[in-house]
Amino acid sequence: MSEISITLLRFGFLILLWALVLAAIGVLRADLYGTRVTSRGRGRNARSRPDARTNKTAAPSRAGTGVRAGAINTQASAVGHLAVTSGPLKGTVIPLGSAPVLIGRSPTCTLVIDDDYCSAKHCRVYPEGDAWRVEDLGSTNGTYLDNQRVGDPMPFKRGDHLRLGATTLELRS
Amino acid sequence: MATVSEVSVRSGRRSELTLMALAWVIIVLALALVDYHAAYLELVDIAIYGGAVAGLMLAAHITLRRVAPSADPVLLPAVFALNGVGIAEIRRIDYAEDTSFGTQQMIWAVLGVAIMIGVLLVVRDHRKLRRYTYTAGVVGLVLYLLPLVPGLGITVNGARIWISIAGNSVQPGEFAKIALVIFFAGYLVTNRDTLALAGPKVLGMRFPRIRDMGPLLIVWLAAMLIMVYERDLGASLLFFSIFLGMLYVATERFSWVAIGMSLFFVGGAFAALTVPHVRSRFEAWLNALDANVYSSGTSEQLVRGLFGMASGGLFGTGLGEGRPDLVPYAESDFIIASLGEELGLTGLMAILTLYIIIVQRAFRTSIGVRDGFGKLLAAGLGVTIAVQVFIVVGGVTRVIPLTGLTAPFLAYGGSSLLANWLVVALLLRVSDQARRSSEAVSA
Repeated sequence: MSEISITLLRFGFLILLWALVLAAIGVLRADLYGTRVTSRGRGRNARSRPDARTNKTAAPSRAGTGVRAGAINTQASAVGHLAVTSGPLKGTVIPLGSAPVLIGRSPTCTLVIDDDYCSAKHCRVYPEGDAWRVEDLGSTNGTYLDNQRVGDPMPFKRGDHLRLGATTLELRS
Repeated sequence: MATVSEVSVRSGRRSELTLMALAWVIIVLALALVDYHAAYLELVDIAIYGGAVAGLMLAAHITLRRVAPSADPVLLPAVFALNGVGIAEIRRIDYAEDTSFGTQQMIWAVLGVAIMIGVLLVVRDHRKLRRYTYTAGVVGLVLYLLPLVPGLGITVNGARIWISIAGNSVQPGEFAKIALVIFFAGYLVTNRDTLALAGPKVLGMRFPRIRDMGPLLIVWLAAMLIMVYERDLGASLLFFSIFLGMLYVATERFSWVAIGMSLFFVGGAFAALTVPHVRSRFEAWLNALDANVYSSGTSEQLVRGLFGMASGGLFGTGLGEGRPDLVPYAESDFIIASLGEELGLTGLMAILTLYIIIVQRAFRTSIGVRDGFGKLLAAGLGVTIAVQVFIVVGGVTRVIPLTGLTAPFLAYGGSSLLANWLVVALLLRVSDQARRSSEAVSA
């Protein structure tokens, strides 16, 4: 056999080895990516609710926190958005419709925050006429609207920063 | 909480056949190249060899179709390819050194496939193995003890890990590790809750009660003592890793891994300073290229292997064109260095990736299977192969001190090859259960 054919066979062998490896990986792809992860959800009839991921731009960092799916009526005309700008849920955006938004650690809240400095039902953002208002629900560590502690309902304007625990929320249009 | 379910469960037998065909080409081409460069190329021989390999592959494939139709499709082709490349390289070293290990390895490979088929036919449900938990534990210990029996055990190269049966030397430790994986799986699946939850809490970590831990500790300590006494460092490291890995999988407690690793490092450092045998291994590892260490002979093999791999470079010298025979034990302990020289980094990476695929399949099987015993068994067998490859390749490439272990499926050694085919048989059996849809299992 000539020198060139031997060299070709030499490299051909290496190529064949890798062909086997890649073919095997190709067969495995079905197994690696073909699995479906079914979230059991929280609470009853979790399955009938829309996927939580459709309601926000970023996935929550931990399971068990985040926007409770189905709690916000996304069909209603969104007057604005409540954006989380810092904290464990940074990047999450909640569209504001006509329903009040409850924030806290309890799984029944609209925005569930896993933060030791948050109370179970920490505060509530609700519409009043055309404007939005925020009210503290007797939280232990307080809610601050632009560094001012919220006691009685206060008007929540666009661009205002709402701080509770390690989380900051901003009202955007 | 989330559940993982498979969208489509294809048996994969057809993809397995395609991969097998590819592996067949690799196996036959490897042998043909080796024979050609040794100027022994006989087309008749190659045809017989090719026919035999095809026959074994078909036999294994048909057995799977009959008794384990949903078994993992990539395990067998990967294992066949590794075994075939190993045989070709061993034969190549035979030509250089005028030995006949290659032919013997072929016979062992045939026996290995036969054992695999036999195990698949006999063990129809891996859960039945759980009944033999304690039997397996005792069998494992006895196998480890056999080389110490006077008249039966033989000492080769300072390690007393072989026994002589009818003129053949057998390494019972290779089979003992499988028996002990079965024992650990059976024991841990029964006692994992008490091991993980009950017991006194010290320094924020929960320690299990002595009576839960007792049987485990006895088996572990006995095996470790025997292996240290037999001077089988690689096997003791492997065994320790299997033990830790399975304990971690069973209890999900990282504290175990932390405790085990720190104990091991303390013990290793102590042995490195006091035991002369271990000390010289450490010396050869840390100062391998030192002129004094090299000329004393302790690091000679290691350094020759390193230079061999360096001369192989990126694409290797080509099968049959290098000089791997310059390394002592190039066909067994240093087959990785031989392959690194002749196939280069590219070829060695392909081989390591094949190992990764095998180990990944073992862990995937472990995730997929529904019973705890099967989970632990598959994970334990996966850890066995992974750690063995790490110890061998790490030793040869000077990442960790060199210990005498054989690269699974590649290196010359009948016991090692048979034992690893046995591992594959068990993995295939568990994966069949794991990949079968739940309706088929309950029916």
